Amino acid sequence: MTATGIGARVLRTEDKRFLTGTGRYVDDLALARATYAYFLRSPHAHAKIKSIDISAAEKMPGVVAVYTGKDVAESKVGGLICGWVVKDKHGEPHKAPPHPPMALDTVRYVGDTVAMVVANSPEEAKDAAEKIKVDYEVKPSIVDLAHALDKGAPQVHAEAPGNLVYDWEIGSKADVDAALAKAAHVTKIDIVNNRLIPNAMEPRAAAAEYDKGTGHYTLWSTSQNPHVLRLILSAFVLGIPEHKLRVIAPDVGGGFGSKIFCYADETLVCWAAAKVGRPIKWTAERSESFMTDCHGRDHVTHAELALDKDGKFLAFKVETIANMGAYLSTFSTAVPTYLYATLLAGQYTTPVIYANVKAALTNTAPVDAYRGAGRPEATFVIESIVSKAAQELKIDPAELRRKNFIPSTAFPYQTPVALQYDSGNYPPIIDEAMKIADYKGFAARRSEAKARGKLRGIGFSSYIEACGLAPSQVIGQLGGGVGQWESAQIKFNPTGNVQILTGAHSHGQSHETTFAQIVSDKLGVPLENIEVVHGDTATTPFGMGSYGSRSLAVGGSAIMKAADKIIAKGKKIAAHLMEASVNDVVFENGTFKVAGTDKSVPLAQTVFAAYVPHNYPLAELEPGMDENAFYDPANFVYPAGTQICEVEVDPDTGVVEIVNFTAVDDFGNIINPMIVEGQVHGGIVQGVGQALLEKAVYDSDTGQLLSGSFMDYAVPRADDVPSFKLGYKVTPCPHNPLGVKGCGEAGAIAAPAAVMNAVHDALAPLGVTHVPMPATPMNVWRTIHGA
Amino acid sequence: MEIKGEYKIAAPRDKVFAALNDQEILRACIPGCESLEKLSDTEMTAKVRLRIGPVSAGFAGKVTLSDIDPPNGYKITGEGQGGVAGFAKGGAVVKLTEDGGDTVLTYEVDAQVGGKIAQVGARLIAGTAKKLADQFFGKFAESVGATAAPAA
Repeated sequence: MTATGIGARVLRTEDKRFLTGTGRYVDDLALARATYAYFLRSPHAHAKIKSIDISAAEKMPGVVAVYTGKDVAESKVGGLICGWVVKDKHGEPHKAPPHPPMALDTVRYVGDTVAMVVANSPEEAKDAAEKIKVDYEVKPSIVDLAHALDKGAPQVHAEAPGNLVYDWEIGSKADVDAALAKAAHVTKIDIVNNRLIPNAMEPRAAAAEYDKGTGHYTLWSTSQNPHVLRLILSAFVLGIPEHKLRVIAPDVGGGFGSKIFCYADETLVCWAAAKVGRPIKWTAERSESFMTDCHGRDHVTHAELALDKDGKFLAFKVETIANMGAYLSTFSTAVPTYLYATLLAGQYTTPVIYANVKAALTNTAPVDAYRGAGRPEATFVIESIVSKAAQELKIDPAELRRKNFIPSTAFPYQTPVALQYDSGNYPPIIDEAMKIADYKGFAARRSEAKARGKLRGIGFSSYIEACGLAPSQVIGQLGGGVGQWESAQIKFNPTGNVQILTGAHSHGQSHETTFAQIVSDKLGVPLENIEVVHGDTATTPFGMGSYGSRSLAVGGSAIMKAADKIIAKGKKIAAHLMEASVNDVVFENGTFKVAGTDKSVPLAQTVFAAYVPHNYPLAELEPGMDENAFYDPANFVYPAGTQICEVEVDPDTGVVEIVNFTAVDDFGNIINPMIVEGQVHGGIVQGVGQALLEKAVYDSDTGQLLSGSFMDYAVPRADDVPSFKLGYKVTPCPHNPLGVKGCGEAGAIAAPAAVMNAVHDALAPLGVTHVPMPATPMNVWRTIHGA
Repeated sequence: MEIKGEYKIAAPRDKVFAALNDQEILRACIPGCESLEKLSDTEMTAKVRLRIGPVSAGFAGKVTLSDIDPPNGYKITGEGQGGVAGFAKGGAVVKLTEDGGDTVLTYEVDAQVGGKIAQVGARLIAGTAKKLADQFFGKFAESVGATAAPAA
C-alpha cells in the first residue's frame, strides 16, 4: 500500500472547494439573459381543475410566459416514465397510469404541478403566480396506505382500478404455508415502515438554455445520473435527439436516491427554454422539496416466521402493501419487489420463503428509492421478526441468528428468492460486533441503569444487501429498462497528468478521491496529478450514474479495466523504446521494466512518446494514451454486517437515548477507510432518524402534508447519536477486479431494526412487544401506558 | 377541529342579529379585511390578509351567510384562495339567546387550510382560528354593545 493508494486514509480532494464555499452548484450558475421559473402547485390532494385563468398573471411585471398543462399537452410532451416493468402474479405488466409533467384536468397530490410562470426574476415569477386563478372541484382523497386498496376507497387513477398497481409474488406459497402449519413455533409481526422525506442538503434545481443556431439544448440539473436523465428526456419525454441535448450535473449536494429520477420541474424548464428563447433557472424552495421530492419507504407488512423446536428457521412469509404515491416515479415499481422481496433470506438459511407485495396508489407525493431502497425495508422485517422470535423462545438473539446463518462453506449460496450470494462469512462479523459492544457486560449495565430509573435494552440487526447495480441481463429479465454497466475513460495528457472520466456521479460519495486513489495505486501516478471528471454528458462516456451503492463496485471496476488497457498499450510503447519483446516487459510502481535487466522506462515517458510519436511503432500502434472501458458486473455484490444498538428509555417521558452503537461490516476490500467510515456514520444517522424521529404525515381527511417543514419533520442532529464504534471483516468480492462491495447504504439499511430491537428489549420487562416506528417519546410513552 | 366561544353583548337580540347581517359591521370586524363587496343579501366577495404561522397571505374569496334564522342565529362561511400559499376556508355557526336585556352570542368555528399554509402551519391552525374568532367576535360585541349602550 502506498501513502495515497488503495487502503490509504487520504483526505478528500473535493473538501477544499466544499469547505471553502467554492463548489459550483446549479443555482450558482450565471447565465446571461436568464429568466426564472416558478411552479404553481396544487393545494388539494385530489381535485378536478375546472378552469385556469392566467390572464392577470400574464400582465404582471417582468413576466415572460405562463404555461399550463394544456400548453404542455399541445406541445406533445410525453409523460414521465416508470422505467421498470414489474409483472404481477398473473404475468400481466403493472398498471401504468399517465404522468403528465403538468396536470391537465386533475391534480392528484398536494404539490402536483398546475402552472409554470417564467419571469425576469424569481420574485416576479412568484408574484405573478399569485394572480393565477384556478377553479378546483375538490374530490375525496386517500392518503392512508392501509386503506388504499379497500373497496370504495377514492380512486387515484381510472387506469388502476382499486388503486392497485400490481399484486406480485415470489416464492412458493404452498410450501411456506405447509411449513407454517406444522412448525413447532410461529412468530408473527405487523409492522409499518414509516414514510420518509429525503431532505438532501441542496434542494433540487434545474437550468436550461436553448441555442437557436444549432438547435442544441443544455440542461443543468441536480441529477445523480445525467446520462440516464438525458436518455429519458430524449427517448420518452421531450423528443430532443440525444446528440442535441447536453445534461450537466455539476456539484450536487446530496441525493440519497431522490435525485435519480426524472422530475416534472427539470423537464418543463428544458421544454420552456426553447419556447421563451432565453435561459431558464429554477431552484426548489425547501418547502417544495418536502412536497415534491420523491419520498421513501412507506410499507405496511404482516410477516410470519416458522421455527422448529431448536430454533432453526423453516419458512418465512411476508405480505406487504407498498405506497407508490400519486404517480409512478422512475424506479418506483422495482423498489418493493426486486430490491425488497429478493432480500428476504437475509443472512439465514431459511429454506422456503414467500412474499406477496401489493403496490398501491395514494394521493401523496410519489414514493421511490431512498438510501437503501427496498433493502432497509427487508432488513427491518427480517431482523424485527428474528428478534421477536428470540424473545418469544427465550433464546439469546445473537445465538438464534448464529444458529441460522448461512455457513461460510455454503457460498456461492442460492437463496429461495432468486439471488445468489457470491461471498460472505457472517459468524466472525457478529462475534466482532459483540466484542466491540461488550455484550458480556450488558447485564451489568442494564442493572446499573435500572438503579437510575432507566430501562436499558440491546438490539441486533444482521443485514445483507444486494448492491453494485447490476448485471444488465438479470436487470433485463426482471423488467428493468436499461443496462446497468458503468463506463470509464482514462485520459493521459502529454505532460503526464491524468483525467479519469466516469459515468458515475459524485454527490457526496467522494469519487474524486477514491477513484484517483485506484488509478494512483494501479498506475503509480501521484494523486495530485489525477483529476476525476464526472457529471457532463458532453465530456464523460455514457454511464448509469450513482445509486444502489454501485459506483465503486461497477464504476471502479470500469476504471480498473481502462487502467489495464493503459498498461497494455504502455507496455508496447516501452518495449519499442527499450528494444525489447513485449512479453519480457513488466509494469511495477509506475515503471515498465525488462525482466532480469536494469532497463526501465517510466509510464510518463511512454505517454509522452504516444503524444509525440517521433520514436514510436506507428505501423502497429495508434498514437495517444486515452483508453475507454465499460464494465458489466457478473453479479450483484453482497455487503453484510451486524449492528448492535444499546438504548436507555426513560419510562416517565418515553425518551429514547442511544448510548452505544456498534457496526461491523464486510464491504470487501476497502479503498479509503476514512471515506467508508463517513459513509457508515451518515447511513447510521439516517437509519436512526427513521427509527426515532422521522415520519412524513399527511392529514387523513384532507390529504394535506402536515410534516412539511423542519418544524414538523425531525431529522437527527449530532446530539441524537453517540460516537459510533466501527469494525470490519473482509471477504473480497470474487467477481470484480477490486474485490469491493458497496458501503453507501449499509448504515441506513441495518440501523432501524437495531434501534427498534433495542427499544423493544428495553421495554420487555413492562410487557411491551411492539412500539410503532419512529419511537418518538410520544409513541413510547403511549405504548408503555397503553394510551 | 372545533373552536367554541361565548360573548355577552349589551344589546337586545334583534339588534345583534341585524348587526350580524350588516356588511359594514362585518367589514370592520373581520380580522385583516381589506375589502368586502356585497353581491346579494347573503353573498359577499372579500379580500382578507391573514398570517398563519410563518405564512402571510392575501386571500380572495367569498363570504356567505346561510341557515339564516332571525333572530336566533345563522352560519357565516368564508372560502379564500391564497395564491401560491394555498387556500383557507372556515365558518362559524352563531347562536343568539336572550339574557334579560342583553344577548348571549355563542359560536362554533371550524377551519381548514391547504397547500403551503397547511405544510408549515397546520399545527398552528387551531390556535390561529381561535385567535381570529376571538378578534372577530370580540370586536363585534364591542361595537354592537357600544352603539347599543346609549339606547339602553
